[in-house]
Amino acid sequence: MTTIPFKLPLNIKLYRPVSPTGVWGWLTTVDHKKIGVLYGVTAFIMFLTGGIEAMLIRTQLIAPELKIIAPEVYNQLFTMHATTMIFLAIMPLSAAFFNFIIPLQIGARDVAFPRLNAFSYWAFLAGALIMKSSWFLGGSPNAGWFGYAPITTATFNPGNGIDFWIIGLQVLGVASLAASFNFIVTIINLRAPGMTMMRLPLFTWMTFITAILLILAFPVITVALIELMLDRTFDFNFFNTKAGANPILWQHLFWIFGHPEVYILILPAMGIVSEVLPTFSRKPIFGYPAMVLAASFIAFMGWLVWSHHMFTTGLGPIANSVFTLTTMLIAIPTGVKMFNWLGTMWGGDIDFKTPTLFAVGFMSMFLIGGISGVMHSFSASDYQQQDTYFIVAHIHYVLFGGSIFGIFAGIYYWFPKITGRMYDEKLGKLNFWIMFIGQNLTFFPMHWVGMQGMPRRIFTYDSGMGWAFWNGFETIAAYAIAFGVLIFVINMIKSWTGGKKAGDDPWDGRTLEWSIPSPPPVYNFRDIPIVKSLDDFWHTKQKSSNSNTKVKSKTKVSDIHLPQPSYWPLLVAVGLTIAGFGIIYNLVFTGIGIGIMLITVCAWSFEPVNEPDSH
Amino acid sequence: MSDETTTGLSHRKLLIWVFLGSDCMFFASLIGTYLIYKGSGVLHPGPADVFDIPTTSVSTFVLLMSSMSMVFAYAYLVRDDIKAFRIWMFSTIIMGSTFLGFQVFEFSEFYFHDDLSPQTNLFGTTFYALTGTHGLHVTIGVIWLGIIFYSSLFRNTVTSKTNLDLDLAALYWHFVDIVWIVIFAVVYLFGTFTGFPSS
Amino acid sequence: MSVEIKNQSNHIDESHSHPKPMTYFKVAMALVILTSLEILVFYFDWLGYGIIPVLAFLSIAKFAIVVMYYMHLKFDSKLFTYVFMSGLILATVVILWLMALFGWFV
Repeated sequence: MTTIPFKLPLNIKLYRPVSPTGVWGWLTTVDHKKIGVLYGVTAFIMFLTGGIEAMLIRTQLIAPELKIIAPEVYNQLFTMHATTMIFLAIMPLSAAFFNFIIPLQIGARDVAFPRLNAFSYWAFLAGALIMKSSWFLGGSPNAGWFGYAPITTATFNPGNGIDFWIIGLQVLGVASLAASFNFIVTIINLRAPGMTMMRLPLFTWMTFITAILLILAFPVITVALIELMLDRTFDFNFFNTKAGANPILWQHLFWIFGHPEVYILILPAMGIVSEVLPTFSRKPIFGYPAMVLAASFIAFMGWLVWSHHMFTTGLGPIANSVFTLTTMLIAIPTGVKMFNWLGTMWGGDIDFKTPTLFAVGFMSMFLIGGISGVMHSFSASDYQQQDTYFIVAHIHYVLFGGSIFGIFAGIYYWFPKITGRMYDEKLGKLNFWIMFIGQNLTFFPMHWVGMQGMPRRIFTYDSGMGWAFWNGFETIAAYAIAFGVLIFVINMIKSWTGGKKAGDDPWDGRTLEWSIPSPPPVYNFRDIPIVKSLDDFWHTKQKSSNSNTKVKSKTKVSDIHLPQPSYWPLLVAVGLTIAGFGIIYNLVFTGIGIGIMLITVCAWSFEPVNEPDSH
Repeated sequence: MSDETTTGLSHRKLLIWVFLGSDCMFFASLIGTYLIYKGSGVLHPGPADVFDIPTTSVSTFVLLMSSMSMVFAYAYLVRDDIKAFRIWMFSTIIMGSTFLGFQVFEFSEFYFHDDLSPQTNLFGTTFYALTGTHGLHVTIGVIWLGIIFYSSLFRNTVTSKTNLDLDLAALYWHFVDIVWIVIFAVVYLFGTFTGFPSS
Repeated sequence: MSVEIKNQSNHIDESHSHPKPMTYFKVAMALVILTSLEILVFYFDWLGYGIIPVLAFLSIAKFAIVVMYYMHLKFDSKLFTYVFMSGLILATVVILWLMALFGWFV
């Protein structure tokens, strides 16, 4: 094969870069903290672009019968808005926390596979660029974020938009899979001594469950996307109804992936809230084992409910009843979590800092979104709500009021740890209240217009329908959300560059990441901690009332052995990008891209190793 | 970096098992698509028109035997018998390539002789996609084993101390084999069985 | 690097607990016999729908033998079994349910 002569005639000696600096340092980094920051910043920029798309959508809908945006562009806008927010914002923002926080919470010096971790980031960036480049390369995907075939096949959707969507998602899938493999192994295998599974902080638990869901769900969408790609590029018949294909198959495959996916979006936020509430209530989490069990049950049940997205496709009364029941069952573990959060706060000495506000905002918004979810889990009632603005209201309550509020709580909570500086509390609270009020004013009226029958994904509506007032109202409120996000950005930039020094443990935290300096040194823990209980750091602090007496460390910093940087992860991702663009434009480039990947993967595995994944 | 792992298991071995668990979902989706479309659309050429069970049985045996030869290679590497390791390794690669050769022969036979292309009907679409994806997995496996074989011959880096490198490739190889066990039973035997009443 | 050392020290035990090449050969013969049986029953038209459980049993047996012996799950940490089986069982359940929704078992 092509790889054999690669080393045979040329006796190349491979050198690993040694502590490069500047841009080169970021490009070759394998440090989980730097990768976490890269993830966070990139994903936040993507969040802003998705927000701009949302603002354009809302502007078009501010009054009936407007023509600010052409219908074709409107279709592309709502498709890209959803795809961006789900795959390029919420998932990678969660991944940013996985990267930065998990090794710190379990008492490790890095993840299990540092180079694979770097590759995950670069592949994510590649996928994001492929997806977003479609705006400049002849039109974006326009079939909604679930891209129902056959409307996405070449017959009904010529042009390159859907190809960008397929390839972009495929590359993002590779990135997410690589990251999830890495985190599963890290959480199982790199826990500090004494850190049993039932002593893991809940954020780590939620990450673990999310990663398991992800590695099982993404292969299904990968297959569906491969099938669609074969249809579009090579005239296969998977979704060609003329050849007898079943138009429902795509929906099934998509939602088998898609339902676990919504838990992939919400579980990390639940984990963040489960960290924030105990810290700011000065109480241990209420019902820790119940929280773990409830999350596992949610994750398991997530596999048995997918057809509730398809009640109106005519599955028949038996299937609809079964999926109604399984869906309603999920409300139980979710309720368990809700009551445990309340129980955590109950009787606590609650400190309403910005993270607490966002966490409580998460609970209340997620509750509303959950209740509207139970409403359309009932198939008979779903027939009226399917594809109306009621669904749009529901998804924004759980994903914006839920996931994004949870992620914002996490950003404020860990900001001092990540940057070493304190954010501006006043701006933070202002940010919360504007976003919280804006979110309710924007999305709550959508329930009403949805019930009145306004379908989602229409670029305009007739003035006689009676939807004009609330649509105008929603748009103004959506601008308020944008203003809230602007305040957040100002707060972040201002505080990162000139905020007060935060100190190691500004919140009197409970988990291990607060036991080390902020920002953490490159090796994280000078001595690997020994864990004796849940919230071990908290108990240690309680015992030694004079918390400033630090035990002298026996480890010399120079003895700590860290993985060296590497440029191969970046180069493999470059090969992946070229191969991806090749499928859209010219298969020759796919060949070149695969060739580059083969060579770089070989070089990666032959690279002189001095890191944990050499075992 | 603390070199001890929490469970005492190697990171990489855990990684490959998690990967294989995930790959189950991947192949299940492909096999599911194949079965859902079985018997829909244009029926001819169908499985009974194109499959030649004796030929495919031979290639199935070849792949099964390559798994045996793979475990021999591993067993000899662990015992530091490099010479025997290389022989069995070479035979594994040859058998893997033979299997791929059979598949190429089979595909071209179907394509040129039986007029079955992926575009012909749903059977063609799903069959080529499923077995082609499996063939791609075998190809990756052959390349992987080839790199280890090459490393053993020219770099002398494969010894009992690095047996884990081979173990990972072997696990992947056996996984590809068990996927074929399922495909052979479901697609080939079940698909062309003539005993079903009035089908 | 102590994990490597660990592997080395385990390595002597492994050659005891791990099957000998002779066992591998016996396993291979079992696989050959099971495959031959599969191909044999394929020609028994009188089995009718009875072929389905027979084929299912034979291929699951082959599958299990390869996973237990060649992939040495039988001798390895239970964790690997859990990880792999969770993927396998979930895949089977979801696909069977999907097929049921497409009217396969009615």
